[in-house]
Amino acid sequence: MSDRDVATQGPSGLSLFLYKTKKSFGTPMPYLAFVGIGLWLFTYWLLNEQLKISPFNKIPGPAEVLTEWFSQDPIWGTSLFTEDYWQNIKASCLRILIAFSLATGLGVPLGLFMGWSKKFKDYTFPVLELLRPIPILAWVPLSIVMFQSFEAPILFLATLASFFVTTLNTMLGVQSIDESYFRAAGCLGSKRRHVFIHVVLPGSLPFVFTGLQISIGVAWFSLVAAEMISGEFGLGYMINASYMVNKYVTMVMAMLTLGFVGWITSAMVRAAGSQMMQWREKALGQGGA
Amino acid sequence: MNTASAQANSTSSADAATKGAISIRNVTKIYDPDGVNVLAVEDCSIEIAPGEVCMIVGPSGCGKTTLLNAIAGFHSITSGQIDLDGEMLCGPGKPLADQGADRVVVFQNGALFPWKTLADNVAYGPIVQGTMTKAEAYGKAVDMLAEAGLSGVAGKYPGEVSSGMARRAEIVRALINDPKVLLLDEPYRAMDALTKSIMHESLLEVYDRTKVTIFFITHDLEEAIFLGDRVIVMTTRPARTKKIVDVKIERPRDYRLLSSEEFRVLVEETKGAVHEEAVKAFEAGERELA
Repeated sequence: MSDRDVATQGPSGLSLFLYKTKKSFGTPMPYLAFVGIGLWLFTYWLLNEQLKISPFNKIPGPAEVLTEWFSQDPIWGTSLFTEDYWQNIKASCLRILIAFSLATGLGVPLGLFMGWSKKFKDYTFPVLELLRPIPILAWVPLSIVMFQSFEAPILFLATLASFFVTTLNTMLGVQSIDESYFRAAGCLGSKRRHVFIHVVLPGSLPFVFTGLQISIGVAWFSLVAAEMISGEFGLGYMINASYMVNKYVTMVMAMLTLGFVGWITSAMVRAAGSQMMQWREKALGQGGA
Repeated sequence: MNTASAQANSTSSADAATKGAISIRNVTKIYDPDGVNVLAVEDCSIEIAPGEVCMIVGPSGCGKTTLLNAIAGFHSITSGQIDLDGEMLCGPGKPLADQGADRVVVFQNGALFPWKTLADNVAYGPIVQGTMTKAEAYGKAVDMLAEAGLSGVAGKYPGEVSSGMARRAEIVRALINDPKVLLLDEPYRAMDALTKSIMHESLLEVYDRTKVTIFFITHDLEEAIFLGDRVIVMTTRPARTKKIVDVKIERPRDYRLLSSEEFRVLVEETKGAVHEEAVKAFEAGERELA
């Protein structure tokens, strides 16, 4: 027992992260992910390359895709070892970075004010609700008319979709804050700006980050749609271009790559959220562990 | 020996006891949430002396919180007037009192900001009011938390500590502003009996030290008599004063009082009045308004 310090300060920062990682490998959790992926690949392989059941036999099989993906000399011209593969990833990621930053930079402040000020909400909410249900694909012609370049319509579409989600969630986040925190702030002598900084902003963060998680997914969705319609480079472009010239293996490779990159960006948003909401992490940790 | 030490640090106590007089005169509050007027408080008058611990007892939803909300400036009153130390908080021409740090509320479910550590919570008031610099406020907060037996958890978030510790920190957060009145809205309602008794003793200790006026709402009669100088039993909605009990039990008090004869007698005397109103409230089946 003596080697277990009970009351002293626990690890923090990197060492805490390493401790948690090490601990999690002692549980079945991380292995389950591999089992899940393995099962999925096996089913895919079984249906496609082994049993050759329609419609699965019409798409490239997992062995074919993986071989091509890791090939130094790809049959269809694109793999981990070719420059255009990375160029497409870079193009899409850069667009997501810009679109997501714009959407967050505009959506969060707008949502905060809408949730905070009844009057401001009355002005803006009907417009938001009118524009929000318009599917992002319906904006495509308009965006092409509005912007002359290749790049701008794509950014516009990705930003727009993401912006609506972020704004709405942020507004709901402010409205979810318990009235007693506002009252407590009031009777402790806060002015309006203090309430905004110390109650509205931190209190809405849990909802804001839920919104950002959805919003980055929506940004990817609309980005790829836009890249397929107009644009040069990018994973959506890669999918569409491969399809046009019957390079189905490259097409599936681009789809899976999208999955991975999207997963990583979501994880980054989650990590940023945990970092900014230590109070929540710790309170939850107390309850859970 | 006790008197000597009491006098040594009584300078602030003596000052404190001269402030915090609340005068509630003929206050009426009518709500009309659904177009139907509901009388929550009717012609209610209570005079509270500086440094008094005034306990308001009544069934849930009887309108006692309405009174507290009127004093704190959360809700307006329909008629009547409330003064604090001779100055009108709300009354004719000004139905809603301004919120201010001279009347700090401790809430039913606790309202420490969950995103601030206990020390940051306590330091919040003086910082936003501009009465202290950040460093001063933080230093004072840490000192006051230590005084309340919370030195080990000053850097923790409210979600990381027990509800008892959180509630104690919330009282410290109120006291750092040197308020005239502490408004407590059933602060120990959701606590188990053992934690509650610890909370009571720590509040009594705070009171003996600061002599701050306390306006305490509860539906627990024993709690009211144990803590209060005066217990005001309210009728069920509309709230009026039904019975006023002077608790002439000496301070400082501790848990042994609970089993004493004079305590039991007071409880017995008052129980009937409280029970009568509880039955009426139950039969009316009214939900809480505020």
